[in-house]
Amino acid sequence: MTDHLLEVRNLSVRFHTAAGIVDAVRNVSWHLDRGETLAILGESGSGKSVSASAIMNLIDIPPGEITSGEILFDGNDLLQQTAEERRQVNGKRIAMIFQDPLSHLNPVYPVGWQIAETMRVHGKDPAEANARALDLVRRVGLPNPQQALEKYPHQFSGGQRQRIMIAMALALKPDILIADEPTTALDVTVQAEVLALLEELQAETGMGLLLITHDLGVVAETADRVVVMNRGEIVETGPASEVYHNPRDPYTRRLIAAAPGKGEMRDGNSQGKPLLEMKGVEKAFGSFQALKGVDLTVFPGETVAIVGESGSGKSTLVKTLVRLIEPTAGQATWNGRDLFAMSLKEMRPVRRDIQMVFQDPTQSLNPRMTIFEVISEAWRIHKDVVPRAQWRTRVAELLTQVGLLPDHARRYPHQFSGGQRQRIAIARALALEPKLIVCDEAVSALDVSIQAQVIALLDRLRRDLGIAFIFIAHDLPVVRDFADHVLVMQSGAVVEKGTTREIFENPKSLYTKTLLASGLDPDPEVQAKRRAERKELVDA
Amino acid sequence: MSRLFRQRAVTSLFSLLGLIVLVFFLSRLTGDPTSLFLPIDATDAMRENFRELHGLNDPLLLQFWHYIVDLTHLDFGESIRKARPAIDVVIEAFGWTFQLAIMTMALVAFCAIVLGSIAAFRVGGKFDRLVSLVSLIGASAPDFWIAIVAIVIFSINIGWLPTSGTGSIAHWILPIAVLFIRPFGLILQVVRGSMISALGSAYVKTAKAKGVKNTPIIFVHTLRNAMLPVITVMGDQAAALLNGAVVVETIFGFPGVGKLMIDSILQRDFNVILAAIMVTALAIFIMNLLIDVAYLFLDPRIRY
Repeated sequence: MTDHLLEVRNLSVRFHTAAGIVDAVRNVSWHLDRGETLAILGESGSGKSVSASAIMNLIDIPPGEITSGEILFDGNDLLQQTAEERRQVNGKRIAMIFQDPLSHLNPVYPVGWQIAETMRVHGKDPAEANARALDLVRRVGLPNPQQALEKYPHQFSGGQRQRIMIAMALALKPDILIADEPTTALDVTVQAEVLALLEELQAETGMGLLLITHDLGVVAETADRVVVMNRGEIVETGPASEVYHNPRDPYTRRLIAAAPGKGEMRDGNSQGKPLLEMKGVEKAFGSFQALKGVDLTVFPGETVAIVGESGSGKSTLVKTLVRLIEPTAGQATWNGRDLFAMSLKEMRPVRRDIQMVFQDPTQSLNPRMTIFEVISEAWRIHKDVVPRAQWRTRVAELLTQVGLLPDHARRYPHQFSGGQRQRIAIARALALEPKLIVCDEAVSALDVSIQAQVIALLDRLRRDLGIAFIFIAHDLPVVRDFADHVLVMQSGAVVEKGTTREIFENPKSLYTKTLLASGLDPDPEVQAKRRAERKELVDA
Repeated sequence: MSRLFRQRAVTSLFSLLGLIVLVFFLSRLTGDPTSLFLPIDATDAMRENFRELHGLNDPLLLQFWHYIVDLTHLDFGESIRKARPAIDVVIEAFGWTFQLAIMTMALVAFCAIVLGSIAAFRVGGKFDRLVSLVSLIGASAPDFWIAIVAIVIFSINIGWLPTSGTGSIAHWILPIAVLFIRPFGLILQVVRGSMISALGSAYVKTAKAKGVKNTPIIFVHTLRNAMLPVITVMGDQAAALLNGAVVVETIFGFPGVGKLMIDSILQRDFNVILAAIMVTALAIFIMNLLIDVAYLFLDPRIRY
């Protein structure tokens, strides 16, 4: 028997895949008490979500196999129960919410129907379920609750969708809520709101909260205790603040050290003539004003960060730069020449000078091309960069430059990890010897430790090759260590700009202040202070 | 919605017009109906008279002009063979084909969706393998052969069912059964594939985490999402049936549009051929519109 609300003992799960047997978790043990928040912290592939899937009976067997262990809940071992018994636990006693609420909500049913369904499947009368759905939608803070029930998931914003998921999960007041990366896809200010909502609801109901995350900041903000996982095993466990300040395991130490936002800030070092100058750039899509007169200046060899939440116009701005989108007004000069007046033919050398690295390296690399083909492809178009005889040696050089092996040229993109793919995308950008590289959320999808490595790589390229960077991000700490200047955008306009130090140490606009206070610090004590600041700002 | 209707109507009208031009002139290339309708020993005067009566003496372009002018008054001309307005002959035959197509498709849709969904739920299981095998055989079986074999077995050897014609419920069984096999096999494959990918969706995981039972997960959560590609293929198959299943109707002596077409082509009954094409085109136009409406109904994200 156990005194804990939920206890996982010696759980091992393996998957039989085409590539062989994968031990996803080995001998994992942890417990959760009433009213407590436990965070499972780990990077991709650490197995942090597997025990939660085992609790919810979401592991497909086969290919999955639970080779050992117990999951004790209410004095019973869930793993010994029948499918029907476990179905009755799901949603009623233990509920779960996921990352990316858009794909986790059924697109073809109204959200009210989906929230009420949780209650209907556990035997509540439909009329009663509908009435309670309205209460729930009101409680999680959706605007116009009555109309919201009739709407479909795609008609809500990301944060609202996660609120809907929360309403659905909490419909039957479960004893335990499992939240699997609940705020990863959300903007920082929205993330702070959703986490605050979870905390409020936990205080109201006394439920145990199991939070699965890769983000030390989320742990610092929410967790009482933390379990750190690496490669399917628990490497460390303890109170969140203790683990942060006195990590015992080398992996935990590396993870904490990799967290961005601790380095020296830059004061900006603009030298020479500006490489790029954009003035009063506007773009309207129909009646929607996506850019409202934006100015942007980049000098050779410097990094300008553009920070803003989704819909702020940051990606639209850089697309006007390479004329993937034609601006409706404004000027831009590139190396002293009028960029917006150029013909397509004149644009070609400019496009060679400005290269892009995108967020998702899986989608931006053609899966049917070898790495050699991916990198050398641009040389077929821009014939004067590298003579064909030297393609092989140049590709090998580029791969070495980004920290890969010359041998990798023969492989295909799927044979690499996410971080390696992003290095390949960087090598491809470098192939044309550009003067400016635009990184559009280039590190957002990467694990923290990988993120640090990629940023270090970019910084080295900037110093060694004098390449300028425009670095688009929604994550402030990443920008803090890397940028010379920061541009903060909100709904199509620049609300603040300055050197990195100015922005971080002395933000002027309320929006920048909110953004900074919404960011989560990995240090639980610092985060507690920051939370208080944010509360003041929101109240103001 | 009404904009969609107008757009579709305009484009469809143009393709129909093109089709009429093509069929009008091509069918007249097959020769003169006079030699087929009059006895071998008919005099030249009789032949001349016949041609004059049916307007076959005018220059081709003038004949076409007359046809189009009549068409604007909804006059589709006379059937030479039946000596009745061509449109009446076609509508009568279309009625039979329509009933046959509706009954077949209803049966196909029901069986393919239910069996395909269940097969998809346990991919690689015994039921899945059995259903996949049956559907593969069905999708690749030649219907003329199945029709003949079915007649030999059920009508001649066992003698349960009539060989051909219409008149009783028993007359419908073999044509429906033979027409059923191919679209059933095809649509079942599409349902199964579409369901397998939909069952892997994140919202299915959410439903399981909510404690929803398997049957509603398949038929409420997943099926509606998986139906879009299925409906497209069902539309294609239904269109083929509405066009008249020429081979099957001929073998079973079923008086539908397919058989009417073949007979009219063989006997150079030009007006009937053209009227049949227009009626089936209208039916297919309406059906495509219904498919678009079904899309709207199934997926709230689609707006025309």
